[in-house]
Amino acid sequence: MSVAVATECPVCAGMVGVPGDAMMGELLDCDECGSELEVTQLTPAIEVREAPMSAEDWGE
Amino acid sequence: MNTPGSPAVGMVCTGVRAEERMLAEAFAARNVELHVIDDRTIHGDLSSWPAGFPRVDAVLLRSKGHWRNVAIAHWLESLGAQPVNASRVLETCGDKVLTTLALLGAGVPTLSASIAFSQESGALAAEGVGYPLVVKPVIGSWGRLIGKVNDADALDLALDHKEALGGAPHSVTYLQRFVPTGGRDIRSFVVHDRCIAAIARTSAGWKTNTALGGKATGLTLDPELKRVSEAAAAAVGSGAVAVDVFETDEGYLVNEVNGTMEFRNSVATTGVDIPGFVADFVLEQFAQRAAVAR
Repeated sequence: MSVAVATECPVCAGMVGVPGDAMMGELLDCDECGSELEVTQLTPAIEVREAPMSAEDWGE
Repeated sequence: MNTPGSPAVGMVCTGVRAEERMLAEAFAARNVELHVIDDRTIHGDLSSWPAGFPRVDAVLLRSKGHWRNVAIAHWLESLGAQPVNASRVLETCGDKVLTTLALLGAGVPTLSASIAFSQESGALAAEGVGYPLVVKPVIGSWGRLIGKVNDADALDLALDHKEALGGAPHSVTYLQRFVPTGGRDIRSFVVHDRCIAAIARTSAGWKTNTALGGKATGLTLDPELKRVSEAAAAAVGSGAVAVDVFETDEGYLVNEVNGTMEFRNSVATTGVDIPGFVADFVLEQFAQRAAVAR
């Protein structure tokens, strides 16, 4: 895994570590507030947003 | 579209979880061109290939949403594609009534279950099941909205809530016999008719879902567990599925079958490359189709 980068959590404004080999759409947890985030942009800079809440029919 | 020797695979998902990342790594290790397709971007006329969906040779469906998975599977199948899993598998596994009926129809040992369509008929069905029992939503997963009901008063409350607060999926009440398992059950993984691994899930409570904190440990497969797991997978239409199994005095009883299986806690604990098996299955499906087409 390449070097992680940090970006701001859109929920708590804390810093979130994003793996250097993150994929578009990858889901991450903010260590500071616990929010689930998803990667929405890889370049030129990593961007994340809060991931959607679980829907009733979500699952395995 | 790529040549038969070098297929392009589309993986449809709702965000990339640990499982999708592991699958992406498995496809990369096999030199497969992988397109990760966010299901929220897919759209289009049902008579043609979906917009926002590259022309791939094989498709792995991993949407979190049951209805999305089923819709996309049917759409692709109508256009000649054979996604993994197939619509029949996804529909059956995603609906507990259909799962139970499929298991019963194939003679697979499973927990007895009843359904009802009103509070009054729910109470009557519960008398047949006996208390305690488990009320489950027909659609849903991860242990959500599943309740152990110890008596008629508790059932009345549960059904009242479903009627008052639930949406259309709650118009069918699914009541399952409660089996005391000591906070332990088995999850086995079946890919292409072969049971490849199993874990035991343990919890301080009666729900063992790892999504709720259940702990996973690797389990050695025994012939009967393999047989029951593979029979359950065949009953729902084969494919790549995870089978939840209870150990009881009556032997192994299948609780549920999962058509979009999660395995993040099961690779290290079993030592089995579950995503690798799934990737190989997807590629085998493509190779078989390519051979037929030639």
